Amino acid sequence: MNPNDVLITFPELLIWFPLLSGLAAFFLAKGDSAKRWAVISSLITVAIVAASFFFTDKNYFHFNNVSYVWMPSIGSSFALMYDGMGRMLCLLTALAFPLAFLATYNTNYLKSNNFYGLMLLSQAGLMGVFCAMDALVFYFFWELAIIPIYFLASQWGGEKRIQATFKFFVYTFAASLLLMVGIIYVYLHTPDSSFALSSFLKAKLPPGQEKLVFWLFLAAFAVKMPLFPFHTWQPDTYEQSAAPVTMILSGVMVKMGVFALIRWLIPVFPYATGLFTNVVIGLSVAGMVYASCIAWVQDDLKRLVAYSSIVHVGLMCAAIFARHQSGIEGVMLQMFNHGINIIGLWIVVELIEKHFGTRKISELGGIASSSPVLTVFLVIIALANIALPLTNAFVGEFLMFNGLFQYGIWTTAIALTTIILSAVYTLNMVQKVFYGSTNSLTASGAGMVKGSAVAALTVVVIIILLLGVYPKLLSDLTKDTVNVFMNRLMGL
Amino acid sequence: MSSIILSALWGVVMMFSGIFMKKKSLAKYIALLGMLALLTVNFLEYYNVWYIYADIGQMLKFTSFSHIFNAIVLACTFLFFILNAAELEAIGPDVYEYYALIFFVLCGVGIAVSFNTLLMLFLGIEIITIPLYILAGSDKRNLKSNEASLKYFLMGVFSTGIMLMGIAFLYGATGTFYIEGMNLGIAALQPMIVIGVVLLMIAMSFKVSAAPFHFWVPDVYDGAPTAVTSFMATIVKVASFVAFLHLFDNAFGKIHAQWQLLIALLTAATLFIGNITAVFQQSVKRMLAYSSVAHAGFMMFALFGLNTFVREGLILYAAAYSLATIGSFAVLAKMKDFSLEGFNGLGKTQPLLALTNTVFLLSLTGIPLTAGFFAKYYMLVGAVKSGNHLWLVIFAVLMAAVSAYYYFRVIQSMYFKEGDAQVKPVSTVFKATLIITAALIIILGMFPNLLLKGLYY
Repeated sequence: MNPNDVLITFPELLIWFPLLSGLAAFFLAKGDSAKRWAVISSLITVAIVAASFFFTDKNYFHFNNVSYVWMPSIGSSFALMYDGMGRMLCLLTALAFPLAFLATYNTNYLKSNNFYGLMLLSQAGLMGVFCAMDALVFYFFWELAIIPIYFLASQWGGEKRIQATFKFFVYTFAASLLLMVGIIYVYLHTPDSSFALSSFLKAKLPPGQEKLVFWLFLAAFAVKMPLFPFHTWQPDTYEQSAAPVTMILSGVMVKMGVFALIRWLIPVFPYATGLFTNVVIGLSVAGMVYASCIAWVQDDLKRLVAYSSIVHVGLMCAAIFARHQSGIEGVMLQMFNHGINIIGLWIVVELIEKHFGTRKISELGGIASSSPVLTVFLVIIALANIALPLTNAFVGEFLMFNGLFQYGIWTTAIALTTIILSAVYTLNMVQKVFYGSTNSLTASGAGMVKGSAVAALTVVVIIILLLGVYPKLLSDLTKDTVNVFMNRLMGL
Repeated sequence: MSSIILSALWGVVMMFSGIFMKKKSLAKYIALLGMLALLTVNFLEYYNVWYIYADIGQMLKFTSFSHIFNAIVLACTFLFFILNAAELEAIGPDVYEYYALIFFVLCGVGIAVSFNTLLMLFLGIEIITIPLYILAGSDKRNLKSNEASLKYFLMGVFSTGIMLMGIAFLYGATGTFYIEGMNLGIAALQPMIVIGVVLLMIAMSFKVSAAPFHFWVPDVYDGAPTAVTSFMATIVKVASFVAFLHLFDNAFGKIHAQWQLLIALLTAATLFIGNITAVFQQSVKRMLAYSSVAHAGFMMFALFGLNTFVREGLILYAAAYSLATIGSFAVLAKMKDFSLEGFNGLGKTQPLLALTNTVFLLSLTGIPLTAGFFAKYYMLVGAVKSGNHLWLVIFAVLMAAVSAYYYFRVIQSMYFKEGDAQVKPVSTVFKATLIITAALIIILGMFPNLLLKGLYY
């Protein structure tokens, strides 16, 4: 296939389409037309990703890779690559947005044209992050994804949203700037003065400086994941943002940090990674236990889900730093599955809050008898959240623990306690909210799950069961990326 | 060179047309015509078409750097004239004089960015500042404007004295005014040269408002009419910076290692004081004054790094910072209430003003896709490249994160706070110019090369 015959490549299409449709959404009338536009546009994005799965072969190289000269004077080119991991995360991004839009289809957001426009812009940014092969392009999209979220989370959401978002933004912006300094530092040490990932891999930093620059990079990724103790922005922001924003933040944005560890941090700084493995795994495991304990005593559904997310991400981070083949394979599976599961949880929480006007566990109870449909959905999603066999999360978590086991038995043992804890708080929540006797508030639960939300939840449950039974679909996709990553580590 | 001569001439033309023309509103058209002429001659000279040539004995030296920079200054002034025409007319009856004084300042800018001897540096800086003393006090009936003028004058002459003394010391030690003829760095440094360099550094720090010599800035910027503040904070400041860089690059570049730490400390102090104090301001005008100090800190990296990256970076920074600040001040000048609360709800009452102001503030913060990002980027690359003092770079980005706090507070007020912001009447031309300014910022944010490749013509 001649590169000149290719009109547009998949990664470009996945960035430009949401970007343009997002910009167009600003000019639509307020009300339902913007909503419909967003749903249709995000479904087309899903179709594009689906189509791209037919072009994975090496013969279609030019459909998946692109590189333009962008700023020759400083050695940056607009380079994108669409590899296994990128494909998997783009699929997650593509799925997350229609799920979020459909689940909240009955909610009318004020100035909906701006709301959906900003959402689509952040989708474009996310796609760019997952495909970028040039550090400067990566940084651009990294910021482009976050700026719309700042406006979204500030304008729509709970009462304390402005403060919460401000904290979140200043936090992430400070961390991004440190990343910027880190990128510049590595750039100046590349043999050919280029921002390309391939040149970054060849960069030779003096060991003393590599240690410092490693932390500059990790700061940005740790805040985004978030890794304990950089997580303090997260529960507040999740609690205060509008439901679709929270879904994107926790389902997809969090993966930006995890993804960046695998693509940028560890391959570029293998030496420093080895030095600080103990520190990072220690922080991850400590964060897992800490967040589990806090989740246990939460009375607010949103905060409970937020803390349970910290636990899952902590495990991913620990498994990555353990740098064992099976652990990395597990992370790949879990990145996707955690995104789907947590979006499912948020949909349920949002339905409850919308219908009953509260998300306090102590005020709810007995929803099972008034709304059995929602209960069925929730139980499946909750079981996936505690990684029961036959749900999608099981295989991933098993592989990650296997990988972590190679690093240290005691660390794994401590981390495993969080599995028990997660069963405790998740089942506790299910029991208190859905079973028991109905009170005056929850008796009115009949018919609370309507058409579009059912569709969204059905998709989530189908994915949970499908990937629980047949995880090979995903692991085949990311096999190459795992091999590249492991070879890079072995080769040094 | 022709732009220096023409701007002085046009200043005189403006003054006399004030006598013959009674209509105030004509002034802006004559001024804009003058700016177009200046831009044209500067452009032609850049392509080596010289209309006027005077033998000045190598006292001025015109390079592509000075021409590009002059072009940025002239283009920014052009936008400034359109955006602030109504404000300048509102200051007082002598509109023609205000424009004339601004043209004289531009003459000084032309000299200050292309000097080749210390005498010309002195002349350039003085021609810039003397009209500004008058402009700062042009709102005669306003006590704050008078205070601003007096304060600026006293501080200005004081720093000029220091500068003259520094020049005298250097002349005494080296026997020449020519910056390339000083041959520093060959023999061991004499105490007289050290004193001279330090005095010049102090004097220039006064002019560019680097801490700890910034104390005049908040009061002067706050007291002066908003249009004048906008001019002082942008065009005058970046021109002084170019002079500062030019002097320390060409005259003292060979002894860079000896004064780099001093500049590093000044930079850190400027970043710290500018950013931290801006956080506590309730008036947006004062906040922008401190933010201009904070940006001075970033521009100081040019002196800290002293390599090609920062030279290119200063050009970009000058354009990015001037465009964004002129735009932001222009929006501010239209507000009835300069406090942060005055901006509440601007997003609803004036969506276009709010949107463009958001672009300006994002650029000042340094968000990618705006010119401010690449400006900061080049400065940081240059600073990291210079090797030592990585702490300063990390400190600078942390301070940039602090700046996000106060810029985003304005965005918050405009969009997320309830209120109904009162705005003076705005014309269509004003709105169109705001859009052009914002578009320029975004274009430079995507393709900074458009500006930079001009350096290597």
